[in-house]
Amino acid sequence: METIGFLMEGFAVALTPYNLMFALFGAFVGTLIGCLPGLGPANGVAILIPLAFTLGLPPETAMILLTSVYAGAMYGGRISSILLNIPGDEPAMMTCLDGYPMAQKGRAADALAISAIASFAGSLIGTIGLIMLAPVLARFALTFGPAEYFALFLLAFATLGGITGKNPMKTVIAATLGIMISTVGIDISTGTQRYTGGVLELYEGIDFILAIVGLFAISELLFFVEARMGKGRSKVEMGKLTLTFKEVVSTLPTQLRGGLLGFIAGVLPGAGASLGSFISYTLEKSVLGKKGRFGEGDIRGVVAPEAGNNGAASGALVPMLTLGVPGSGTTAVLLAMLISLNITPGPLMFTQNADIVWGVIAALLIGNVLLLVLNIPMIGVFVRLLSVPPMYLLPIVTMVAFVGIYSISHSTFDLYFMIVFGVGGFILRKLDIPMVPIILGLLLGPEMEKNLGHALILSDGDWTTLWSSPLAIGLWLVAGLGLVLPTVFGPLLRRRMRNAIKEGPVSD
Amino acid sequence: MFIKTTIAFAAAATFSMSAMAWQPSGKVECLAPADPGGGWDFTCRSVGNVMQQLDLVEGSVQTVNMAGAGGGVAYAHTVSKRKNDDKLIVAASTATTTRLAQKQFPGMDASMVKWIGALGADYGIIAVGKDSKYQDLNQLMDAVKENPRGVKFAGGSARGGWDHLKVLIAAKAAGADKLPSIPYLSYNNGGEAMTQVVGGQVDAFTGDVSEATGFMESGDLRVLAVLSEERLPGKFGDIPTAREQGIDALGPNWRGFYMPKDTPEEAQQYWVESIDTLYASEEWKAVMKSNGLIPFHPKAAEFESFVTNQVQEIEDLSREIGLLK
Repeated sequence: METIGFLMEGFAVALTPYNLMFALFGAFVGTLIGCLPGLGPANGVAILIPLAFTLGLPPETAMILLTSVYAGAMYGGRISSILLNIPGDEPAMMTCLDGYPMAQKGRAADALAISAIASFAGSLIGTIGLIMLAPVLARFALTFGPAEYFALFLLAFATLGGITGKNPMKTVIAATLGIMISTVGIDISTGTQRYTGGVLELYEGIDFILAIVGLFAISELLFFVEARMGKGRSKVEMGKLTLTFKEVVSTLPTQLRGGLLGFIAGVLPGAGASLGSFISYTLEKSVLGKKGRFGEGDIRGVVAPEAGNNGAASGALVPMLTLGVPGSGTTAVLLAMLISLNITPGPLMFTQNADIVWGVIAALLIGNVLLLVLNIPMIGVFVRLLSVPPMYLLPIVTMVAFVGIYSISHSTFDLYFMIVFGVGGFILRKLDIPMVPIILGLLLGPEMEKNLGHALILSDGDWTTLWSSPLAIGLWLVAGLGLVLPTVFGPLLRRRMRNAIKEGPVSD
Repeated sequence: MFIKTTIAFAAAATFSMSAMAWQPSGKVECLAPADPGGGWDFTCRSVGNVMQQLDLVEGSVQTVNMAGAGGGVAYAHTVSKRKNDDKLIVAASTATTTRLAQKQFPGMDASMVKWIGALGADYGIIAVGKDSKYQDLNQLMDAVKENPRGVKFAGGSARGGWDHLKVLIAAKAAGADKLPSIPYLSYNNGGEAMTQVVGGQVDAFTGDVSEATGFMESGDLRVLAVLSEERLPGKFGDIPTAREQGIDALGPNWRGFYMPKDTPEEAQQYWVESIDTLYASEEWKAVMKSNGLIPFHPKAAEFESFVTNQVQEIEDLSREIGLLK
């Protein structure tokens, strides 16, 4: 049981007071980010990246902070779903269905408490899955040659739109933009400069962190400014906690099913947390059938999607840590952070940076406990923070973003560049072009190009090498399915998701 | 207190008068042409610390980071804006000479600065996976000579970068003639490249000895040769050099400094001597030991010509493989 040993070492890293403090801080901020409508986990993590640089955190602490934010955002999303019927982030959409009716019946406190427990269970199951699967997959990744990696990146791009993606054309545009940005700078396989226009600062290419903070954080700020700084929401009443132990126990099977399904959905590339919560909810509905009163405030209708999306959040870390291919938008941002900390994900990370990998995994487990503690007795704090006007948050975030980016490279050129990305991101979001494919294009484009080049060098220019191993063929097939299935089933699934939400009570 | 300071001041004054004619007054700047945390940043910070410990400078040594274009931004800055600043030193390494040789700093060449000295090096190695059929460098190079496309190399630098050049230097020394045909796979860093060699996807690894320590100790990687003049000290002592296998190839990735061109002669003299004093000190030996640096210190007068030769050699190789027209 080598894994247990590693995990213990991970706990030793994560349990130092310094790291514990950042895990707690991350969990708190994450929950807050999650519950603010419109601010998703990917944006949340992107906003916190500059803070990690500003404070000059060591790599393991920086990763612990960001993963705690990630886990926290998954918890936080449910709060506004339940109280306001507005999902805090996309994966929390399904929680509206039964959560809001429960709140209307005066059981808001119960819904919040049981969903926190469900989030805990889902996350726990997902993290256990991560602990068991990741080392195995990491060892398996050693058998990946350039051809297999090429097929894997192709798979990542093919499933990019995901099943819940809205407009495939815009996803393609976004990914292409990302790949275009990534080609600036030296091309490592020929040693020549591309698209630098003689500007020395561009010779090393464009830093992803810069692009991510610009596209996510700065554009978010611009949106806030545009919304005239908003006044915050009126305070919501929660009611008293009447949840009984028996009720909690009765939802245990739902929690298990939801967590497991969510984890599987998370591991699959392109599916992500939204699908995790959707599948869990739908399955629960069909398993319980007439016994449940879904859509009218059934407690299991709150438990299933929350266990599902938190399970998926941990699941999405598996392909990111072991293969360097993120399974969701937020894990893409985490991947960019890892790379800029000079850590290459994959089998090597599990041996050479074991303290970081296992520290992060242990921090996920600890973070979960912290989150449960934060989210049951202290839920009132978040509910009250929901009504803090964003104008107080704005200057802080702006300041941190600028100081953080400056402290990476000490270059004012980078600051101007970040602003350009911010304005660009603002315009693109206005055009409804998604940000996540841009980041994936930026991160994965060069990797895919590099591996294609390497595969062809190894085979002396023979293209058939790309599908000559069973593993590569398998990946090509899954990539094909990933491309075809969403166009066939996507509209169907989306309609059902929409209908499911329409069936619920009308929002106000 | 006053007397103490006066005495100390007088002593310092006599010392510096007798030892050296010129000394920088006030704060000295060390420019690291990369982000904090990299090799150049380390060079500046550790040298700055030791210089202060040894009282080689009167004030403090401040490290300033100026990343961009693999050192090009800092080089341009030194050549244009700081050309007569005698209190500025800039960290450099083989990466700097490689880029100069390949004209990657547009409009600039190695003669536009003064090269002060080197303070240690990391040596190139050529290695294979533990199950490889190649047992020594000659077997590997014979295979290359027989079929230039037969052995695939992986390294952590771009095509034409230092890791690639080391393969070419070794192959050339072994008598291989079709250098441009030797396949080289470039990865983002040495670790990624090594994983592919250990996994059996690529035949051989080219990199620096410090990168390979982990896989070498675990037994997954067999180092065929180190590209140094003599065997390396300490735990690397078992690795044979290329020279003792009859292949005269050298690949030191040195760390050192240059300074602006239009500075007085005595300033250059001062910096060259300071680097000598620093290199000989126990404090610096401790830094080298704890950071895996291996002794490398061409004599003061020879460093400038060492750099010029290295640039020339790299330029010729780059032309030969078609990277330079």
